[in-house]
Amino acid sequence: MDLADTTEEEEFRARLREWLAKVLPSLPPKPSPDDWPGRRAYDLGWQRMLYDAGYAGLHWPVDAGGRGATPTQHLIYLEETEKAGAPYVGANFVGLLHAGPTIASEGSAEQRARWLPPVLRGEEVWCQGFSEPDAGSDLAALRTRAWRDGDDYVVSGSKIWTSHAEVADWCELLVRTDPTAPKHRGISWLAMPMDAPGITVRPLRTLAGSTEFAEVFLDEARIPVANRVGAENDGWRVTMVTLSYERGTAFVGEVVACRRVLGDIAREARGNGRWDDAVLRRRLGRLNAEFRALWRLTQWNVSEAQRTGGVPGVGGSVFKLRYSHARQELYDAAAEVLGPEALDLGREWTLDRLSSLSYTIAAGTSQIQRNIVAERILGLPKGR
Amino acid sequence: MDFQLTDDQWALKRGVRELLTARFGPDELRAAAGAGSPDLDRALWRELGEAGFFALRLPEADGGVGLGLPEAVLAFEEAGRVLLPGPLIATHLAAGAVDGAATGEAVVTAVDGVLVEWLDQADAVRGDATGAEPLRSVDPLTPVHRVPAAVSPGADPEAVLLTSLLTAAEQLGTAARTCELAVQHARTREQFGQPIGAFQAVKHLCAQLLVRVEVARAAVYAAAVTADPVDVAAARLLADEAAVRGARDCLQVHGGMGFTWESEVHLFLKRAWLRTQRTGGDTESDELLADDLLAGMG
Ligand SMILES: Cc1cc2nc3c(=O)[nH]c(=O)nc-3n(C[C@H](O)[C@H](O)[C@H](O)COP(=O)(O)OP(=O)(O)OC[C@H]3O[C@@H](n4cnc5c(N)ncnc54)[C@H](O)[C@@H]3O)c2cc1C
Repeated sequence: MDLADTTEEEEFRARLREWLAKVLPSLPPKPSPDDWPGRRAYDLGWQRMLYDAGYAGLHWPVDAGGRGATPTQHLIYLEETEKAGAPYVGANFVGLLHAGPTIASEGSAEQRARWLPPVLRGEEVWCQGFSEPDAGSDLAALRTRAWRDGDDYVVSGSKIWTSHAEVADWCELLVRTDPTAPKHRGISWLAMPMDAPGITVRPLRTLAGSTEFAEVFLDEARIPVANRVGAENDGWRVTMVTLSYERGTAFVGEVVACRRVLGDIAREARGNGRWDDAVLRRRLGRLNAEFRALWRLTQWNVSEAQRTGGVPGVGGSVFKLRYSHARQELYDAAAEVLGPEALDLGREWTLDRLSSLSYTIAAGTSQIQRNIVAERILGLPKGR
Repeated sequence: MDFQLTDDQWALKRGVRELLTARFGPDELRAAAGAGSPDLDRALWRELGEAGFFALRLPEADGGVGLGLPEAVLAFEEAGRVLLPGPLIATHLAAGAVDGAATGEAVVTAVDGVLVEWLDQADAVRGDATGAEPLRSVDPLTPVHRVPAAVSPGADPEAVLLTSLLTAAEQLGTAARTCELAVQHARTREQFGQPIGAFQAVKHLCAQLLVRVEVARAAVYAAAVTADPVDVAAARLLADEAAVRGARDCLQVHGGMGFTWESEVHLFLKRAWLRTQRTGGDTESDELLADDLLAGMG
C-alpha cells in the first residue's frame, strides 16, 4: 500500500500545477447560470485550452485521440484542477465521460474519427437521451421507437431529464429497434444530431429554479443508420459500458470540492460564533472524517482500476451511495451554520443545498445502487 | 500511488486468518462465551507470539519481524474478525519494552483513561491501576476494571495514536465479519417462500453494511500508511460506526435468532461497543477533525 506519488506522477503534477497557475488568470468571467449560450461557450473554451495544452482526453486511449494516461494521472488531474479552481467539465460532461468513452470502446474507425476529435477540441456538445417518462430506474422499459427506412432510422417518442439538451449538438439516444424482443434485447444506441427536423426541446425548470434539463420530443426524426454504435438491438450492452464509466470516475473532482467547502463552512462557523456549539462542531468533524474517507476510497478504487487495466468496477456504486448522501449532509450542515441566512437564495450554499437533492436520484437512485451492491457484489438473490 | 495490498501483505493477511480460524473459530468463540468468567488462553497467546503477532513491528535486530504499521493493521483486522480475546494491543505495543511481551510469554495490559481490560490475568500493567474495581463487563469475553479518575495517567501520545489505529483495525475486521454473517443468513433463511435476502428491505441493510465496511477500510488502511493523527481519528470514527451499526444490522437480519445468546451476533456488538470507549471515544476524534478544518486542508 503506497499513497505517495511516483517520480513520474510527481512531475506530471508539477507540470500541471504550473500550467494551471499560468492559464487560469486569463479565463473570461464565469457566465450566469441561466445564460446557456454563455455557459456553452465558456465550457468549450476551457476544453479548447486543455486540448491545446495536451490535457484533453487524458484518460482516453491513444488510438481514440486521448493521452493514454494512467488512472492515477487522471486522478491527479482531477484533484489539481479542482484545487486550483479550474472550470468544471460542465457541458462537456456527456461528451467526455459518457458518449466519448462509449464511442471509443464500441464505435467503428469512421465513427471515432467523426465524433471524438470535436469532443476533445471543445467544438461539440453531447447530451444523454436515455430516460423517458415511463422508463427511469427501469431504463430497459424505454419505448422510443426507431423504424428502418432505407439508410435512415425514423425515430418517434420522447425523452426526459436530458441535461444540457438546449445547447447540445449531439444526443446519445437509446431507441427500441425490436419491440417484439425481450426488453433488454431490442434496444439500439444512436448518435442523433440535435438539429434534425422533428426534434423539439422543452426546457424543464428544476427545484433550484434554473433549467438544467429538458424534455426532448421526437416526431419522425431521421437518423442515418451509420450513426448506430454497436450492432442493431445490442444497445443495452453498449449502454452498460457507458454507465460503468458514469459511476466510475464522474465524482472524483467533486470530493475535492466538498472538502474545500467543508473548510469554508468551518471558517464561516467560527466567524459567526456557531463554532462554540459543540454539537455542531462535532458534526463538522464527522463530515471531515467522511470526506477524507471518501477521498481514500477514491484512491483505492483508482489504484484497483490501474491494476486491472482501467476498467471501472462495481466499487463505483459503493462510492456513489455514500458520496451522494454525504454531499447532502454537507449542505445541511452548511444550513445549520448559516441559520436564517440559509433561506437566502443569494447564498451560494443555499443553491448548492438544493442541487444536492438530485444526487440520490440522478445516475441511478440510491435504492437502485443498493440493489446493485447487494446483487452484484454480495450475491443476494433478485426479488420476485 | 499504488493504494492496494502488495502480494506480501495479502499473504500475511491470509496467514493470520488461517491461524486464527483454526485456533479460534466460531465454535471456540461460542464455547468461550458460554464459559462464565473468561480465561485467557495462554497457549494461544504463546502461539500468537511465535507467529510474530506481537513482535510484528519490532526491528529484526531486536528479534522482531521488522514490518510496519500497515502489516500490523492487517493482522489486527483479522483478530477483530474472529473477536480474538485478550489485551492484544497493549501486549503488541509492549513488545521490546516489557520482557516476554514480544514472544507471547507475558500478557500485558494498559490503563486507558479510567478503564483497564484483562487486569486480573495480566503479568504487567502499563499505567497506574491503583484502586481498580471490577465492572460487570457488557462483553462476556473482556473483563474490565475501572480505576479512579484521580489516578488515571496522561498516556504517551504515541501509544494513544497506535491504540486508536489498531482499535480501528479490529473494528474493521468485526464490521466485515458481521457483513458476511448477515449476507450468509440472508441467502439461506427462507420466509414467504424465498430467501429473505430477496426482500429489498433486507437486501438494502446488507448493501449498507458493505458500504460502511468499504469506506472504513479505505480510511483505516490509509491511516496505517500515513500514521497521521487526523487520518487515524477519521479511520477510528468510521470503523467504530461500521462495527457498531454493522453488528446491529446483522442482529436485525438474524431476527429472533439474533437476540439469543447462542448465536454469536451479540458478541460482535458487545465487543464493538467496548472498543468505542478506548482512547477517549469519539468525542476526541470529532474535535480533532473539527480543529483540522480550521487548520486548513490536509
Ligand atoms: C439532475 C438530474 C439530471 C439528469 N440527467 C439525465 C440525463 O442527462 N439523461 C438521462 O437520460 N437521464 C437523466 N436523469 C434521469 C435519472 O437518471 C432518473 O431520474 C433516474 O434514473 C430515476 O428515474 P425516475 O426519475 O424515473 O424515477 P423512478 O424510477 O420512477 O423512481 C421513483 C422512486 O422509486 C424508486 N424505485 C424505482 N424502482 C425501484 C426498485 N426496483 N427498487 C426500489 N426502489 C425503486 C426509486 O429509487 C425512486 O425513489 C437526470 C436526473 C436528474 C435528477
